[in-house]
Amino acid sequence: MRSAAEIAAVCEEIVLDVGLSCVLRHRAESGKKAIGFLPIYAPREVVEAAGMLSVGVLGGGDQIEIIRGDAYFQSYICQLPRSVIEMGLSGKLDALDGMLFPAICDVIRNLSGMWQLLFPNKYVRYIDVPHNHDWEVGGKFYVHDLRELGRGLAGVSGVTPSDDRLREAIALHNENRRLLRALYDLRARAPHLVPTAEAYVVVRAGYQLPVEEHSAIVREYLEAARVSGRAPLDQSRVVLVGSFCEQPPLGLLKTLERAGCYIVDDDLVLGARFLRGDVDETGDPWEALARAYIAHGSHTSSRYVAGEQKGEYLIDLCKKRKAEGVVFCAPSFCDPALLEQPMLQTALEAANVQHTSFRYSENTAQFQAIHEQAGTFSDSIRLWSEDQ
Amino acid sequence: MSVEAFECFVGIDLGSTTTKAVVIDAAGTILGRGITNSRSNYDLACEIARSEAFVDAQMSRLRSALEADPVLAAHAKVLGPSLERSFRHRQHLRQLATLRRSCLGLSGETEALRAALTAILDEMQVLAERMFSGLAGADAKKSEFFRDIAGAQFQKLAEGKAEPKKLPYEDIVGVFDKAILKVENEPDDLTFEGNAREALDRTLDRYGKQGVEIRAQALAALDDLLAHPPVTRCSVGTGYGRARLPFPKAQIRSEILCHGLGAHAMFPGTRTVLDIGGQDTKAIQVDGDGIVTGFQMNDRCAAGCGRYLGYIADEMNLGLHELGPLAELSTRRVRISSTCTVFAGAELRDRLALGEKREDILAGLHRAIILRAMSILARSGGVMDEFTFTGGVANNPAAVRALRDLIAENYGERRLNISPSSIFTGALGAALFALRDAQTADAAAGEAAGADTFQEAQA
Amino acid sequence: MSEQRSRSEAKTDAATEVEVPKEPSMLLQKELISGHFDKLAEAHERGQKVVYTFVPGNLTELLLAFDVLPVLPEINALQAGMRKKSGAYITEAEKLGHSEDVCSYVKCDIGMARTGLGPTGKKMPPPDMLLLSYTGCFTFMKWFELLKQEFPNAEVAMLHVPYQGDGIVTAEMRDYVVKQLRTEIVPKLEKLTGKKLDEDKLKGLLERSARAEEDLVWVLESGKHHPSPIDGYFGGVFYIGPIFTAFRGTEEGEHYYKVLREEVAGRIARKEGPITPLGPLNDQRYRIVVEGPPNWTSFREFWEMFAVEGAVCVASTYTKVGGLYDFGFRHDPTRPFETLSDYCLGCYTNLNLPSRTGMIAKYVKDYQADGFIVHSVKSCNSFSAGQLLMLREIEKRTGVPGGFIESDLVDPRYFSAANVKNRLESYFQMIEQRRRGGVGAASEVSP
Repeated sequence: MRSAAEIAAVCEEIVLDVGLSCVLRHRAESGKKAIGFLPIYAPREVVEAAGMLSVGVLGGGDQIEIIRGDAYFQSYICQLPRSVIEMGLSGKLDALDGMLFPAICDVIRNLSGMWQLLFPNKYVRYIDVPHNHDWEVGGKFYVHDLRELGRGLAGVSGVTPSDDRLREAIALHNENRRLLRALYDLRARAPHLVPTAEAYVVVRAGYQLPVEEHSAIVREYLEAARVSGRAPLDQSRVVLVGSFCEQPPLGLLKTLERAGCYIVDDDLVLGARFLRGDVDETGDPWEALARAYIAHGSHTSSRYVAGEQKGEYLIDLCKKRKAEGVVFCAPSFCDPALLEQPMLQTALEAANVQHTSFRYSENTAQFQAIHEQAGTFSDSIRLWSEDQ
Repeated sequence: MSVEAFECFVGIDLGSTTTKAVVIDAAGTILGRGITNSRSNYDLACEIARSEAFVDAQMSRLRSALEADPVLAAHAKVLGPSLERSFRHRQHLRQLATLRRSCLGLSGETEALRAALTAILDEMQVLAERMFSGLAGADAKKSEFFRDIAGAQFQKLAEGKAEPKKLPYEDIVGVFDKAILKVENEPDDLTFEGNAREALDRTLDRYGKQGVEIRAQALAALDDLLAHPPVTRCSVGTGYGRARLPFPKAQIRSEILCHGLGAHAMFPGTRTVLDIGGQDTKAIQVDGDGIVTGFQMNDRCAAGCGRYLGYIADEMNLGLHELGPLAELSTRRVRISSTCTVFAGAELRDRLALGEKREDILAGLHRAIILRAMSILARSGGVMDEFTFTGGVANNPAAVRALRDLIAENYGERRLNISPSSIFTGALGAALFALRDAQTADAAAGEAAGADTFQEAQA
Repeated sequence: MSEQRSRSEAKTDAATEVEVPKEPSMLLQKELISGHFDKLAEAHERGQKVVYTFVPGNLTELLLAFDVLPVLPEINALQAGMRKKSGAYITEAEKLGHSEDVCSYVKCDIGMARTGLGPTGKKMPPPDMLLLSYTGCFTFMKWFELLKQEFPNAEVAMLHVPYQGDGIVTAEMRDYVVKQLRTEIVPKLEKLTGKKLDEDKLKGLLERSARAEEDLVWVLESGKHHPSPIDGYFGGVFYIGPIFTAFRGTEEGEHYYKVLREEVAGRIARKEGPITPLGPLNDQRYRIVVEGPPNWTSFREFWEMFAVEGAVCVASTYTKVGGLYDFGFRHDPTRPFETLSDYCLGCYTNLNLPSRTGMIAKYVKDYQADGFIVHSVKSCNSFSAGQLLMLREIEKRTGVPGGFIESDLVDPRYFSAANVKNRLESYFQMIEQRRRGGVGAASEVSP
């Protein structure tokens, strides 16, 4: 049996491979085509029901040098679209036959149009998830949109995503989501057993693997982590917020934990865990996906939830995870994260939850300042909780 | 032998750090160049650059005259440089005298300070004589400004004069910092016309027996030249500070147009120009006639401009010119993600703290700067053949190497042109515009004259 | 320091305001807008409800059918910018924890909301309802969530207008918006005002809208004349003012566009150009299409940089953010909900990048432009993300060179006059040089 660290190392290799060699291998073995999707959430089940691999594209991280991507973006735009364009233009995304751009912010939205202009031969679809959660209104609109997506994807693969095929994909992803929830629960219960840098790569590896294969890895990792015998440290428990789109470099996550913060929940690779509950495996699967989005969709800045009390969800999460503080860790120039942040901070202050904040970009290379800031924060919340 | 009366055309490039002037003749040939550091007084900077360019132009005309004379030609190689040195020597001494005056004027009543200043300036006087002696290795570089030469000497000498508590080093150098502004803001009237004869006399005196033999002929050549002074037909100004030039709007051209035309004049095959200056980076596309067809400049943020290297040099306690050669020693380039000037220092300290080697970090920094330039090039339409690189950063070997590599990787084989006098590209373009304006005016005048005649005939 | 700067700028601005000549319609426009601010100040005293909403996708006719007054926070922000007040408001918002990275309209508005005053210095009533028209801009959503925090008692209604990702409006998209109007917006307005929607009144308003739109399009398309009788960007900002804000569907609005049309017709007949801050621009050397919103804090200075070069903006995309009418759409009183949906779905920033690119390329050709300029603003990613690619595409399609300049909407720290002027001058000179087709004696010299 492999150790948790060994499994994580394999996952890390997959995550850091921006050339998608693992997708290329699956293409070659299965003869399937592949469709990429950007953050946050895309209904991967539909892609898979259409007989293709669904591949999460989260940017090039600190793995690639931006040579062409900067030519397309002004200095005040975040890093992710630069590296995605860079990857596209340098052939690193050649394994993908199409790309889905979920509604998240204006930059990703416009990137969908850039993709149409730059890659006229690839399938491109903008996924307008509904902000109206009335089933008869937003729900029906989304169901139609999903079916439209299914038709478009069938045009790429030649495989019609039948109801049966879709239900099958939903079942596989339900299992995967359950395993990821178990992983997050274990980390929250025993963060010393599941370092975040490991949990992160284990989750993210799923963006490049067939779902069954990924579920097997998560299961194996869970078992290995439970028996890893790692010793707990006297560290503070924090929730990480703001990293739902452009991902921080691994070094940053390691720095946070090294500085004394156990991350007990986060919004990293949020799409993988976006639906917080199961999707109904019976009945009309298209409606089931839409209903799950409305009922179990994560609370995140890009999604409008009518009547939502800002920050309530985060405060509940802190309670549930027994977190002592919140670390706002958002990419520079990220409109959704940075516009949301003051509202969340106000709510946390009213609830007496400590917080700190900093910004990064996916290719940030210096962690010294962050290490000091996180260390100070960790010390201060532990002192603070002793005082209480 | 006689020199034809001639018209000349002047281009002035008022940049953020230096002001350049170029004088050309009606055939577009460069006669002279002048450069000075831009200062608070733009008019003055412009005037000094212009007068230097004219001295340079006259000097080169005189050299040509000497070379054209059957008797003097054999001596031209000695006389030319010696004359120029003698001229610059005088200029230096005049500025030194002004420096002495203002230093002592600023020194106040402190006797110790006055004494130290006097001693320093005396020693600088001695150094000046050596600098312009013509001995190998002693020559001052032409590209260096008085401020830099005198500043370096002064600082070094001040170290020896300073005494802890009694006469702090900062006090002595503080006087220089104020005094040099006075020197720079006081125009010196060192015209060619007013001083050439004396300089030539001195040169011939030093030339010994041969000097005696050719004296009459040499002075006649000079007189002939002086009898036909250059006449400025038209001037055009450019550069970031061009709006401050005392020129009418019609005589102002953007740096983009001037750089395009100047680069075309230097390398007629040029299709793409990259200029990395102190404050901005420009990518310019030109057609076969040097006409600009497209351009892009860096965005608001100065990341990736020459200034960034300046910050790095300060942070590393190195001279700006030392950065490139040091980076060239790198064997393992570090990848630098940010060219943000604001973060430059922090990133550097982090890297050093991690144990990275200076040369490897520097190699990464140079590549990062060139990557920014690559973006601007791509925005402007890419890199065509031939490709001309201008601006201060074009003198940096590590930057040139990074550029060469990235161009080859992304655009394939391109001929890369770098002129040793690339700093004058904009001023040259401006001078060529001045020439063109004059030609257009002549053509218009010709037409108008023709029309008049026609009207008269009608009447 | 920046406050000090803003104050001194405000002084010079006020001083020049008097001397600058204006077109008569501009004065009328100014009256309308300031009249609206006056009306707002006393709205609650009169018992009138106030609804905050956005320019793109604004449902003015629907609001007016309920006799409620609209407040457009972007207009407040840009008015504050033009009055040199935005810098201080933004600083205030940043002190409250807002990032320097995000939209300056939002920060200006939040800062201003804390003062209880509008941009003209008159009282600004708090919203009775926040009508979030989520049209073509993600930030709108966060903006209203933030306003909800400022005004916790306000009712919130959300109208999600789907994006034209594929460059088309489908029946389902329209249907989704119509359903939201019927099930979300109208019931909430009915509850707010205590009265039923008067459909006849709504139809009457829509009829007037269509007539004013007809005149507006005529005016905007007059930029095709030589010389252009209008500046379709800087002047265009004034022309769109009433119809993009509280006056669509009103008699005053309709009247304004009649007056404007007559005024422009007069200039066409006299072969006159528009009146710029430097006086009439009759001698037009460059015909330019502009993409992107203007800068508001240095609006006049910015316009002058064009006018002084003899550049006239013949068409712009910014004049389409609050409604895209020049491709045939008019409000149709016979289908009130469908027409409001189509209006929302068609606003400029709701178009995808290929559509926007095609539209600008078409303008360049149809308006016989010498060039096009992209003014990229830091605040607005909806506009800005992808503009560099659009620029390249349009150059490729039209053969006309594009210019690129950057600043911001209302953050005075991001308007560098020297920088913008340098680029504009270089750009116009490049066009001039290309037009001449040669440099004559571009002599070659040895280096």
